[in-house]
Amino acid sequence: METEVTRMQAEDYSLFYGKFKALNKINIKIPSNRITAFIGPSGCGKSTFLRSFNRMNDLIPSVTTSGTVFLDNRDVAKEDVVELRKKVGMVFQRPNPFPKSIFDNVAYGPRLHGTKNRSDLAVLVERSLRQAAVWDEVKDDLHKSGMSLSGGQQQRLCIARAIAVEPEVILMDEPASALDPVATLKIEELMNELKKNYTIAIVTHNMQQAGRVSDYTAFLLTDENRAGNLIEFGSTKQIFTTPSDSRTEDYISGRFG
Amino acid sequence: MTSGIRRTGIEKTMKVVLLISALASVLIVVLIFLFTMKEAMPAFREIGVWKLLSGTTWRPGNGEFGILAMIAGSGLVTLGAVVIGVPLALCTAVFLSEIAPEWIVRIVRPSIELLAGIPSVVYGLFGMVVIVPLIRTIPAPGNAGYGLLSASIVLAVMVLPTIANISEFAIRSVPRGYREGSLALGATKWETISRVMIPAARPGIISAVVLGLGRALGETIAMIMVIGNSVVLPTAITGNPLSIFLSRARTLTGNIAVEISYATGVHESALFATGVVLFVLIMLVNSSARFLLNKGAH
Amino acid sequence: MNKRSRTQIAAFGMFWLAGIVAVLIMAFVVGYIMVKGLPGITPEFFTTSPRGGLSGDGGIYSTIVTTFYMIVVTLAFAAPLGVGAAIYLSEYSGNTDKRIIRKLVSIARFGVETLSGVPSIIFGLFGYALFVTAMHFGFSILSASLAGACLIIPVIIRTTEEALKSVPAGYREGSLALGANRWETTWKVVLPAAFRGISTGILLSAGRIVSETAIFFVTLGGSYRVPHSLMSGGRSMALHVYYLAMETRAFDKAMSTAAVLVALIVVMNLTINVITSKIATKQG
Repeated sequence: METEVTRMQAEDYSLFYGKFKALNKINIKIPSNRITAFIGPSGCGKSTFLRSFNRMNDLIPSVTTSGTVFLDNRDVAKEDVVELRKKVGMVFQRPNPFPKSIFDNVAYGPRLHGTKNRSDLAVLVERSLRQAAVWDEVKDDLHKSGMSLSGGQQQRLCIARAIAVEPEVILMDEPASALDPVATLKIEELMNELKKNYTIAIVTHNMQQAGRVSDYTAFLLTDENRAGNLIEFGSTKQIFTTPSDSRTEDYISGRFG
Repeated sequence: MTSGIRRTGIEKTMKVVLLISALASVLIVVLIFLFTMKEAMPAFREIGVWKLLSGTTWRPGNGEFGILAMIAGSGLVTLGAVVIGVPLALCTAVFLSEIAPEWIVRIVRPSIELLAGIPSVVYGLFGMVVIVPLIRTIPAPGNAGYGLLSASIVLAVMVLPTIANISEFAIRSVPRGYREGSLALGATKWETISRVMIPAARPGIISAVVLGLGRALGETIAMIMVIGNSVVLPTAITGNPLSIFLSRARTLTGNIAVEISYATGVHESALFATGVVLFVLIMLVNSSARFLLNKGAH
Repeated sequence: MNKRSRTQIAAFGMFWLAGIVAVLIMAFVVGYIMVKGLPGITPEFFTTSPRGGLSGDGGIYSTIVTTFYMIVVTLAFAAPLGVGAAIYLSEYSGNTDKRIIRKLVSIARFGVETLSGVPSIIFGLFGYALFVTAMHFGFSILSASLAGACLIIPVIIRTTEEALKSVPAGYREGSLALGANRWETTWKVVLPAAFRGISTGILLSAGRIVSETAIFFVTLGGSYRVPHSLMSGGRSMALHVYYLAMETRAFDKAMSTAAVLVALIVVMNLTINVITSKIATKQG
């Protein structure tokens, strides 16, 4: 852990929905070019925490926070939110391609951020789709609607769409929970490829998945006030074999959750 | 046992009675169509469909029955209302669905509901005492205030609620994932609205505009009160072609309402023919709106 | 500040402006009518009838009576038909395999949709041809109500269907499981549960009758006297506004009548909103 470069970091980070405290003083360092998994029973705040890294929680008017989230040692709250989200991409639980062509879906972000030239865009779209391992399946149908693809293809299209703006970090919120096992496997293989270039944080309710794909694992659990706490964070191998907290061990071995 | 038979009897009777009620609307539509057609037939036969539609003079006393001026009147006033009302209605819809904080929505939406509830005769009255004198101040020879521009302004306000409500609903129906997906890619709120939300809601928005168009074509009383009712083909009254909107006009609806109570013979029949033209026009508009809505649903 | 956020500020400014303009239009129209109309509203304004002729003098007593008759008679025709149709469409049409019934249901739906798009002057024209002329009812409350019923039937069907749909399926299943048949279930369980929703639909329709002018302009005759039977002609408040403005040019009286009309509509809207929000809290 000491040898890793920290990409993102949370320091005493708490989050409230109105008066209700959903996250309690979380401290964590997300290492660069690694896959970090957030696990925990549903309602423990892992998705909410993930959405703190690209400030998607800003969309909910009642949300307030304390503490700090850093990207490359800079407070994300002080960043321009548009610039932040360009650097921190996100893939959602349900594949959400826009009702546009496959090409326009991938080109959406680059166009916003200033790439107008058609041939530049074409290069970028192909590269992103290749990186997302979906190019071979869609290369002849780039003008077709993104909604016409299968669920697994749609999710890889959404990953391509996220990659196309060349982010530093990709947040994945249960990216395979709506997919069948074959499509899930493809996404997992893809993540292993992607970590060469990107830092990945993934929320999953599937412990086997966390064990398979991640380098580091963070375990979150609600306390007696239903606020999410970070119980334990370490290398996936250590968390799954020699957890230091008994609650982690209980969860890993399936005693609750 | 007998009570069981009685209960089943009631059930069966009610089923038939209710089915008949359900079919009453169809019966009314058929009756309306048949009666209007039957009354219009003499006019179609004696004047001729083409002559009726393309004739520019309407002089019942001389046996001249051309409704082109009224078709132009209805068309132009609707066009004017669309040009004035649609941008305002669509901006309001976007405002309510995407931008306004909840407490503002709670002021704006009831206001629009109230606009929808105000009787058209009140809009007509308001037009006569406020809009018409205002338009009269535009310096142009022969401008009396009554005419297409006043009518278009009044009509624009009247169709605002229809268009704003349906468009707002269309935008709100866009899946939340689209918005989140776009924002997560670093789009601004405005980029998300203009490039994802509005395009995704487009079929609903278009059908809202088309339904508004249908309402505009069908409006009667407010139009009679402010449009001047002269049966002339609207023309520009100065060198500026836009001054056509200062011209007086008459709508298809107004033609029927103003003359039906004293018309007899072919004159009466020609008014029913006017009704048939209006009916067909509005059916076309409404069914295209329905087509667009259904297309958007798939 | 970059170009993208400047564009956003400009666009949002435009949308805020639109929202504000919409409210201002409402405030101006209603405010103007009220300010000009209220001074003329005295107790006598409600208790005396219009003087008639070209004077524009007098109050609105007979027009209130006519409006009231119009609401009652129109609803007497339209409410049973509309509610009945809605019950069939929502409660009976689902559980059948018979092709003819399904065909009839889709025809009925088409009829309702078409009817709701017909402009009111066409109902007027139809009422004039069928009720006033062919059936010899003349210009009368009866003719006008029958024509007016065509206008509000689709409104009642739509709102009643919505109200019936919001009744939880468990209510029906519970009743059917106890051996009640479809009609008994509808009459004793579903309709009472949907009562508030249906009553807002009826109120909404009453509002449409109060507001309607074009239909009554060609079927009601326009007599300013107090109607004494279904066959009497008359003028509703809305129609009275039209005659005052267009024929006698008595704009102050027209404004006062319009103010009463708008106040009535506001009260009806508020009542509907109160009932609807009560339904929402009950179900929420």
